[in-house]
Amino acid sequence: MRVQRQLGSAAKFVVLAILLVLFLVPFLLLMLNSLKENAMITSNPLALPTSFKFANYSYAFKQMNYVDAFTNTIIITAFSVILIGICGAMTAHYFVRNPSRLNQNTFLFMVASMIIPFQAIMIPLVKIYGSLDMLNSKSSLIFMYLGFGSSLAVFIYHGFIKSIPKELEEAAMIDGCSRIRMFFQIVFPVLVPTTVTIGILNVLWIWNDFLLPSLVLVEAEQRTLPLSTYSFYGTYTVDYGPLMASLMLTILPVVIVYLFAQKYIIQGVMQGSVK
Amino acid sequence: MTGEKGFWNRLRLRLLFTGPTLFAFLTVMIIPFIYGIYLTFTSWDGISVGHTLVGFRNYGSVFADSEFWSSFGLTLKYVLFTVVLTNVLAFMLAYALTKRVKGQNVFRAGFFMPNLVGGIVLGFIWQFIFNNVLVYLGQKASIGIFSASWLAEPGKAFWTLVIVTVWQYAGYMMVIYVAGLTGVPADIQEAASIDGANSWQKLTRMTIPMMVPSFIVCLFLSLQRGFMVYDLNLTLTKGGPFGSTQLVSMHVYQKAFLSRDYGVGQAEAFVLFLLVAVITLLQVYFSKKMEVEA
Repeated sequence: MRVQRQLGSAAKFVVLAILLVLFLVPFLLLMLNSLKENAMITSNPLALPTSFKFANYSYAFKQMNYVDAFTNTIIITAFSVILIGICGAMTAHYFVRNPSRLNQNTFLFMVASMIIPFQAIMIPLVKIYGSLDMLNSKSSLIFMYLGFGSSLAVFIYHGFIKSIPKELEEAAMIDGCSRIRMFFQIVFPVLVPTTVTIGILNVLWIWNDFLLPSLVLVEAEQRTLPLSTYSFYGTYTVDYGPLMASLMLTILPVVIVYLFAQKYIIQGVMQGSVK
Repeated sequence: MTGEKGFWNRLRLRLLFTGPTLFAFLTVMIIPFIYGIYLTFTSWDGISVGHTLVGFRNYGSVFADSEFWSSFGLTLKYVLFTVVLTNVLAFMLAYALTKRVKGQNVFRAGFFMPNLVGGIVLGFIWQFIFNNVLVYLGQKASIGIFSASWLAEPGKAFWTLVIVTVWQYAGYMMVIYVAGLTGVPADIQEAASIDGANSWQKLTRMTIPMMVPSFIVCLFLSLQRGFMVYDLNLTLTKGGPFGSTQLVSMHVYQKAFLSRDYGVGQAEAFVLFLLVAVITLLQVYFSKKMEVEA
């Protein structure tokens, strides 16, 4: 019985290990080939590089306008995520502590809106913001992310705030704390774990988003990383080395962050789904 | 909450706390959505300032557009296969990884990896694998099925989309199932073991019924993502070969922005919204009915 169980768990481990290798092989192949000469890639994409061609990276780095694209992506992601967090938490808090019919219905309306697919909005969005001359700006894009991301944030915060006893807040108010100060000094710190969860879900989405920025950001200098990877790929489809390097450059920042914060990221996704 | 007196004071607070969120929500989601419904009744070419009302003509064009329906049918087939395969694989991974396997955190982290990367990049990586790596393997080891690129054959290109999607989302759904599995109370499990239930009985009679909420979330997420997939479709197959992998979201984009037929494009997007809404609501309704209390 015990031997059988040990054999079973060893077999399970082997199956899982094989699956894991299959899952990670695409990244490994990408890394290997990003360092090879084009001729070597086409003749044998599985071979280890014999010499390291770092020129692939410097070429892709320059051609993609990596610094600009990276800065744009950081700015857009950071501001969107911070705004979604603060505005979402304030709105959810207001809804929970002022449960009037209007607020409850607004909340339900926001939750229900989550089934609207982006495709049903993109054409009028481009038309409206285009006619207001608000396309091609990072701040418009950030504002749009707030609009698209707020429903989920309010929904998750709402579930969490309901479980916080309100005596603490009332005590602070009696002591003469203003509502806004009370929110930032007492409520928001309690919401940190939820904010981390919402932040992670939004970073994964906004950092990698393609369709919305491709509709909003028209000029080359405004491009985010996914947009500049896409346009780089469109222009250089013959030489695989720099192409692989450009993909590596795009995924490297996320992978580095993931290596350090992997536990929190997985926990964040877990908690985001439970609520 | 008490503490604020006076109409203006309350209004000020309301605006402060809910104003920015609701303003963004209304101007980014709701007004475009409603305006979009209006656009379906107009003929707008994307350039001219005005547009004329054309009644239900665009909807007539939608129903007559056989390309739209074939891409919609293809999307249904894609959603069906990806939802089933992703969730089966994700559940099996989660089940294996909640049973104290050595290095389970490494496994979880590894299976989740593909979700860090956007569809654009994943599409390019897999294009390279299907076009170069697998063809190389197929020719060297004479594995017939890989000897020509799957992306060049209409029948097989569809499956590349399914494979990459399952590879990408299985890890994400696995994480949600792990959360669900760890939520199944241990004392009930023990009680069942004492009563002589084997692990298969425990899985099918207890664990799975108690995990209905996780299944609802995962099915909802994978359905939604499946209907909306665009990036991956764009970079992996570009809808080809010969339009054989053009999913509905790409079709709507092409109709509007490339063919400059915004009225019909928006009408197709709205039809898509209605169908997706009906399917997701039915899914949530029926799965809610199956929910049991612990």
